[in-house]
Amino acid sequence: MSHEPSIRLVGVSKRFGARQVLRGIDAEVKPGAIVALVGASGSGKTTLLRSMNGLETIDTGQIQIAGHTVTPQPSDAALTALRADVGMVFQDYQLFPHLSVLDNLCLAPQVVRQRPRAEAEKHALALLDQVGLADRHASRPSQLSGGQKQRVALARALAQDVNVLLLDEPTSALDSRTRDEIVGILRNLVKRAAHPLTLLLVTHDLNLAETLSDEVWTLVEGRLAHVAT
Amino acid sequence: MLARKGGYSRGVKVGVWLAGLAATWLAASPAHAADLADVKARGELRWGGDLQGGEPYVFEDEQHPGKIQGFEVEIADALAQKLGVRAKFMQNDWSNLVPALERGDFDVILNGLEETPERRARIRLSAPYYTYGETLTVRAGSPFKTLADLKGKRVGTLNQTVANDMLKASPLEVVLYEGQQEPYMDLAKGRTDAVLLDHVIADRYGCVLPELRCLPDDLARGHYVLGVGNDAPALQEAIDKALASLRESGELERILTRWKLWDARQKLPETVVLAAPVASAAAVTTLAAPVTPAAPPVRHFGRGHALLFLQGALITLLISVLSFALASPLGIALATLRLYTGRPGRWLSAAYVEVFRGTPLLLQLYVLYFGLADVVRLSPLAAAVLGLSLNYGAYEAEVYRGALSSVPHGQTEAARALGLSKWQALRHVVFPQALRTALPAVTNDFVALLKDSSLISVITVVELTKRMTILAVELRDWMTPGLMCAALYFVMSFPLARWARRIERSLEPIQAVEPGAEGEP
Repeated sequence: MSHEPSIRLVGVSKRFGARQVLRGIDAEVKPGAIVALVGASGSGKTTLLRSMNGLETIDTGQIQIAGHTVTPQPSDAALTALRADVGMVFQDYQLFPHLSVLDNLCLAPQVVRQRPRAEAEKHALALLDQVGLADRHASRPSQLSGGQKQRVALARALAQDVNVLLLDEPTSALDSRTRDEIVGILRNLVKRAAHPLTLLLVTHDLNLAETLSDEVWTLVEGRLAHVAT
Repeated sequence: MLARKGGYSRGVKVGVWLAGLAATWLAASPAHAADLADVKARGELRWGGDLQGGEPYVFEDEQHPGKIQGFEVEIADALAQKLGVRAKFMQNDWSNLVPALERGDFDVILNGLEETPERRARIRLSAPYYTYGETLTVRAGSPFKTLADLKGKRVGTLNQTVANDMLKASPLEVVLYEGQQEPYMDLAKGRTDAVLLDHVIADRYGCVLPELRCLPDDLARGHYVLGVGNDAPALQEAIDKALASLRESGELERILTRWKLWDARQKLPETVVLAAPVASAAAVTTLAAPVTPAAPPVRHFGRGHALLFLQGALITLLISVLSFALASPLGIALATLRLYTGRPGRWLSAAYVEVFRGTPLLLQLYVLYFGLADVVRLSPLAAAVLGLSLNYGAYEAEVYRGALSSVPHGQTEAARALGLSKWQALRHVVFPQALRTALPAVTNDFVALLKDSSLISVITVVELTKRMTILAVELRDWMTPGLMCAALYFVMSFPLARWARRIERSLEPIQAVEPGAEGEP
């Protein structure tokens, strides 16, 4: 398992109408690696990230990720199984405003993994502790600051013991001090994970890409132009 | 028959009445207008009338809420006795008595039903039990003496009466009323120029007002008869026989005299009196009325009336709550169909909403209760709840559609990204947020339904507003019952609005970020 790549892209292409967004991408990510995906606006980096868990469908090629395979016509069941093993953090967090912080974390483990409430809660509280928010478990998302929301979103994405974490612009809405906190937490999470946790993050922030990641991929007009290690 | 002098306490009576209500609810009405054999087998002659008709026909006994009296009550009792059964009164909106008879809600109509060729063509009519004259009432000092004098003027009467038919045939403007006191009130106030109605009504409600004068000559005469179902020839025959026997024995005269209704008109030969305009004025003037009916005694609002009001309010509340409890899931289902399924589901949902929102609730109630009577026979309360919930389901569907659409798509995506299925995402993420958005509009609709439920009186349910109109006619006062009615509606809707507001607040996330939260490690 640990020598198999965590993510493998084979000839991945995608077009929106007349615009070819991804043009035959081939790449691999080792388990436990942190990869930053950079590129100009419209270079296709967010589309590539969203293809990884099937939020966008690809036209040709395939994506192997966390032991699952995404094809151009994935079944609903295959996607659901994949998504339970691949976490995602959205640029605007998308916390559930009607649920407490704790319930935001417990929802998927209870509904998708059918875990008992007590078990889900225990795991969620441990995760909140790791991101430094154990004392805010009863708060509503609207009561949190931007950095706190980002940390809850991270914890929610990890609550199902995922192998891969996808992050869309994780620091774009944060001030520099909060950004540094998030970077520290991400590093810590990867280091302390019980099994190798692979991170794939889309960012505009070259500084973040260089300080945090093991590899930087640059997308230019839908092609992987440059891979730096 | 309802015992008119009962010894129970009021509490027991209300209890019995509520039990009866529940029974009515559960029991579907019988399959068709019953013939004599059915009536005898049942041991009950069910007769339909409208309590709003008031004195002297059939009206509630103010001393004994739930009990009724009137000359038609006594005639019904006497007829039932001749048939060897008990009489049972069935409340029904007056203007719908004929369709309700055809629907099988009761065996006979006995409520000032006038004999006309049109009615005879539609249902069976019995021999007459009373001869009435059409009395023209004008303001004292008014020059009008005939319908011809009233050319172009406004003349009041009741709907579905011979008087209305006569007025429609004349070149004047007809003003229609629901109760028999209102036409005279409007005439006294100068809103109309005359009123044409049966002398039974005119003598009691019009001629007694000092501002008004009743013209001595009948403009026409006609008969009150019983209406019997078309498929009940034996019942009609038995009733005609019983009526003849009551007439011969003098019992009919005794009943009519007791109610100050017996007069010379009752002794006129049959042939003279077929609701035709009276040819010679002389024939009429010879009729010196042996008794002068007085106005019905003035009644005052009492404890009995208050209890009746509470009953009405309870029915309104019960029906509204049940209807809304059905309308809400229906609306959610329709909205879900519209937003989250394929073309057939979307189309079906949109069509439902347009049909039920685009046609009047009143029409839907009529169709459910009368129109579909041959296919499915609903009890009045079941039809009321079904009609209101089907109608309000359409409105709720739009409320929930708007609320569901207002939840950002990113929320669904976040739920799907966590591995939730489409329906799990709806159930756990989209619906809870939509319900909160929908709550103010939903509360608003419930309050609207509470008041719209007054429409169900057309399908025989006596709810709060109908109770108010019945009592207003009986008390000859619209202010006290009106205020009482308004107060009860308010008492029912206001706490609900408050309660909904409280729930809304508890669901609302606190918008402000706590002090110091920003940038805190």
